[in-house]
Amino acid sequence: MIHETPFHPRTSAENKTGLWSHWSGYLATDRYQMSDKFEYFAIRNSAGVIDTSPLYKYRITGVDAERFLSGVLARDIRKCRPGQAHYTLWCDNDGYVVEDGVILRMSEDEFLLTAAEPNMAYLQDLVGPKSVEIEDVSDQIGALALQGPYALEILKKLAPEVEDIDYFHLTPAKIGNAAVTISRTGYTGDLGYEVWVDRADALDVWDALFEVARPYGVIPCGQTSLLITRIEAGLVLIDVDFYSSRYAWNDDQRTTPHELGMGWMFRDLESDDRAFIGRTAIERELRDGTSRWKTVGVMVDWQAWDRLYNSRGLIPPKDHTPENGGMMLYDQDLNRIGYTPSFVYSPMLQRHIGIARVRPEFGATGTRVGLEVTIDHKYDVVDANVTRLPFYNPKRKTA
Amino acid sequence: MAERNDYDAIVIGGGHNGLVNGSYLAKSGLKTLILERRHLVGGAAITEELYPGFSFTTFSYALSLLRPEIIHELELTKHGFMPLLMPSTFAPMENGDYLYMGQDKAENHHEISRHSKHDADAYDAYGHMMEQVVHAIRPLMDSIPPDITSKDPVERARMAAIGSYLADLPPGVLHNLVRIMTGSAADILEDYFESDIMQGLLASSGIIGTKVGPRSQGSGLVLLYHSFGEHDGAYGAWAFHKGGNGGFTQVLARAAESFGAEIRLESPVDHVVTKNGKATGVVLEDGTELESKIVVSAIDPRRTFMELVDPMELPTDLVENIRRFRFQGTSAKVNFALDSNPKYPAMGDRTDQYRGFINMGPSLDYLERAFDDAKYGAYSKRPYIDGCIQSNVDPDMAPPGKAVMSCFIQYAPYHLKESDWDTERDNFGNTVQATLESFFPGFGDLVLHREVVTPLDIERTVGLTEGNIFAGEFLAPQMFFFRPAPGWNQYRTPIEGYYQCGSGTHPGGCVMGAPGRFASQQIISDLEAAK
Repeated sequence: MIHETPFHPRTSAENKTGLWSHWSGYLATDRYQMSDKFEYFAIRNSAGVIDTSPLYKYRITGVDAERFLSGVLARDIRKCRPGQAHYTLWCDNDGYVVEDGVILRMSEDEFLLTAAEPNMAYLQDLVGPKSVEIEDVSDQIGALALQGPYALEILKKLAPEVEDIDYFHLTPAKIGNAAVTISRTGYTGDLGYEVWVDRADALDVWDALFEVARPYGVIPCGQTSLLITRIEAGLVLIDVDFYSSRYAWNDDQRTTPHELGMGWMFRDLESDDRAFIGRTAIERELRDGTSRWKTVGVMVDWQAWDRLYNSRGLIPPKDHTPENGGMMLYDQDLNRIGYTPSFVYSPMLQRHIGIARVRPEFGATGTRVGLEVTIDHKYDVVDANVTRLPFYNPKRKTA
Repeated sequence: MAERNDYDAIVIGGGHNGLVNGSYLAKSGLKTLILERRHLVGGAAITEELYPGFSFTTFSYALSLLRPEIIHELELTKHGFMPLLMPSTFAPMENGDYLYMGQDKAENHHEISRHSKHDADAYDAYGHMMEQVVHAIRPLMDSIPPDITSKDPVERARMAAIGSYLADLPPGVLHNLVRIMTGSAADILEDYFESDIMQGLLASSGIIGTKVGPRSQGSGLVLLYHSFGEHDGAYGAWAFHKGGNGGFTQVLARAAESFGAEIRLESPVDHVVTKNGKATGVVLEDGTELESKIVVSAIDPRRTFMELVDPMELPTDLVENIRRFRFQGTSAKVNFALDSNPKYPAMGDRTDQYRGFINMGPSLDYLERAFDDAKYGAYSKRPYIDGCIQSNVDPDMAPPGKAVMSCFIQYAPYHLKESDWDTERDNFGNTVQATLESFFPGFGDLVLHREVVTPLDIERTVGLTEGNIFAGEFLAPQMFFFRPAPGWNQYRTPIEGYYQCGSGTHPGGCVMGAPGRFASQQIISDLEAAK
């Protein structure tokens, strides 16, 4: 049986399209009304509410919880103080990425880890003699993201403490009578918060939030709009931009943190004395320069795009629906040098953009590459430039 | 006494075309000064807080025809360019029913089918035909037309190239183009549609800003012009710029300054200084003299040729053509601050229908009757209204829960036969409000503030002659080769160094920006040639 998130009575009432996808076994709205682009603009210009409850969530507690996580997670959890959050990766012994997620440090000995895939056995098997409890609270906790420029103005009317939390920080709060945790996190690359609430209180929180938010033009937003914003924000997605090394068949399907653009997580590796899983391999990769890929942005040359489609007698498409898959990238001699797992037309940037994986020597910003497009079942190549990620990074996100 | 002597180019008028032109000139390396008469840039594309907390798009209110090249070449997204989608069109009807069009093609099919199953299918056919015509003619709109009066072999060759281009169009497209350009909007729409509401909704684009009715020959051309725009590749789609069209012109101003252009506000120009048939600078109304070898007028053709310079310096045939260039503004705005969104009885408490245009022109007869009044020198007793509650798309436009509504009104002829606009302002506002009340019962109770903008106000405030929103009518003899006059359609004037770049030049108005861009190309290539 497909599951329903704690907000389902509200999301199903709001979903006017009948379009649902299955996300981790839960019903998730693709778009609530006929225009996902309108939802996208709500996120970029007002605020959008996204039900992200289907994420797997693990509560990790115990006096050894920090020690446990500092061995499991690639990023140094000791630097994530109570009241803070980390975006992090966990890797296998060969230094390949198992998965990514956000971890909230609720207190000295309590963490909430989110993940896109089930990780209960994986985590439990690593506990050993340490005093750590891991509880799968995926079904118990609802998550509601409020993302966009008006997020703070709205949320502080319900929970004034949010005004004091910085990017990737969190605070306990009360919305109505419900005890919640509010973190300044999200998947849109915009100013935004996520409200974590017990299933029993979820509907009260939804109602309280919308009562305040509706006059600002805030609307519930579906998966499509979220996925446009995440590409603009340069945020990677499992099974699109990378695969879990646990289930990959060969190393071509695996990715290292450096290859995924997460080298920044290891900036302080020299002063970091942890023995975390994958450390040796990650150090070796750094030392030997064996990274096979670099994750970058590509931005299509608008003139080349328009010219190409016009030459085929077509209106140049500018479609904001994200395309997942491998559009090939070429060098000037038409050698294959990479691909774009994520591709979309960005209404904010007015350009076609892609999160791309290229051979390291083609990763410098400004490198001219060719992007393969298929028009009327014929292959063609259109000019594009390598750019830095994120594509869209408003000051308000971290201000 | 010249104040400074080091400008390469001076642009008169900080409307969108002046800003576009000045941006390109500055980007090319010219030291450029943009002079604006008012306290803010934007011309007719401004946003003003005329009532506390409510931002009014006083005049121009939506964006579609802006050329994509300008967005990219001037790097507007870096400066805050943000065209918000308007996902719906709502057309109330006199019997209380409505037509509500959204973003989903199949859903629209069902909705139109409620009114006519025939029209639901015809809508796709009509849309495809219009897209083909627009796509075909875009290259002509997106280039500087040849000089039809010139004997220069280059210009003659360009004329011939247009002929070849048209002859190479797919079968039927050229004929459709001629049908639309020469016919009335009603002729075309009646070929496709049988329901009043579809005919009325679509014909509205054939009258906007122009003194024609839907059954007037020439309204087809206006219909076509309004289809030239696009929003992210969707032809004919309109967007609402964040912060209104004033938000857009602020983006342009930031772009202009980023390229090094200087913008000087409250600097009305008295006249262009000429010497031996060449422009040498401008004199401001306060007597300040500014020197520059390039002077560009971004204001309308009548002011460009008859006021900023002495017509004695111009060829008489040009003076004659400009004298009879038709302005005859017929549009007005009535903008409202509202306590909340209005209610449409058949929609209950819903307000999602107000996220795009609200088109009050439910039939060809409705529109034609509104035009009848104007023909005889009166404003429409029951006007056509293009409404837009922009606060539903951009929360910055009004306080939370409140609404700001822009209403474009037609017909409001500049010359009233039996009265004048200062006398009629309130009566006219009442007429518009009563029309809105008839569609949205209780509308009047919501009104917190009303701003009536007559054609005379447009002329006085913005400087557009006779309040014509396009800086000159969209009539065939005033378009393409002939805009603003034969022989002078390439942004030059008979005075060397004096150029024109306003909406009165090719391709025309509608916050397109193309005149400003083409004029800059002409200026830059003339400077190159003179080297």
